Amino acid sequence: MSYWTCGKATWKRFPKVSGDHSDAAVARRVRRLETLLEEKGVLSGARLDEIIDASRSGASPANGARVVARAWTDAAFKSRLLADGTAAVRELGYMDGSYQRLRVVENTEAVHNVIVCTLCSCYPLRLLGPSPSWYKSEAYRSRVVREPRAVLAEFGLVLPDATEITVWDSSAETRYMVLPRRPSGTDSLQEEQLAELVTRNALIGTGA
Amino acid sequence: MTDTDRLAPGTPVRTFHHDPPHHTRLPRYARGKRGVVIEPEGRAELADDSARGLGNARVEQVYAVRFAARDLWGEGDHHVVLDLWESYLEEVPEGER
Repeated sequence: MSYWTCGKATWKRFPKVSGDHSDAAVARRVRRLETLLEEKGVLSGARLDEIIDASRSGASPANGARVVARAWTDAAFKSRLLADGTAAVRELGYMDGSYQRLRVVENTEAVHNVIVCTLCSCYPLRLLGPSPSWYKSEAYRSRVVREPRAVLAEFGLVLPDATEITVWDSSAETRYMVLPRRPSGTDSLQEEQLAELVTRNALIGTGA
Repeated sequence: MTDTDRLAPGTPVRTFHHDPPHHTRLPRYARGKRGVVIEPEGRAELADDSARGLGNARVEQVYAVRFAARDLWGEGDHHVVLDLWESYLEEVPEGER
């Protein structure tokens, strides 16, 4: 597995990319790579620091949950979010200056979405926080594209046979986030209360 | 810069089957497979070039392309969407659709 596949500077903070290895060995390798990248002019140290700072300062699934709660309570925002995710989350102060594109995919009764990065572990870090170790596991990455219904069932999410599943494999510069369905019986809840109901798994698509 | 943006949404495409001796972002499971373009995602440096540290990496349109599980694995009722650079794709000729 190449560390190049992410091509991003987030290794430093979240060094476990895939497979089994100790953090110390990876950290040494990352430091060496970083030095080489800077020496060869592939990536500037300033650019790297900027990305790492942005990741450190506010990467959390609470951000994604806030975006979802806004979409559940504001139809116009939801339309903008589905049409241009990057621009819509910037309205809420997320992903400012990011070079990545955000695409939000909506779950409905007919379609359930789930995200993966089969090449490594790409993921909208600022909105979802550090990715869980299973997201980076070879088991999840190889199986969810092949048998998503079975994988989701192992997460406790059993979908009706009639619900179609779409798996989004983030193989380039777009990062995906799932807009889960608003739970029934939540009509009386305010936006902040709704955000508390949104789990990280729901934002990945491995939860309801 | 290549002549890019040539694939409209709905275009049937086939991914290339090559196994390059360098980094690529066309996952092995999706090589030589048929799919349909959903949408362009914007242009980006071709990872195959930039990962090799080539100066003047090609800049191409990246497309979201939807594949039926049956076409990838021979079974399954789901779909998989991949983000693929234009040079990974060729349009399926009219006669083969």
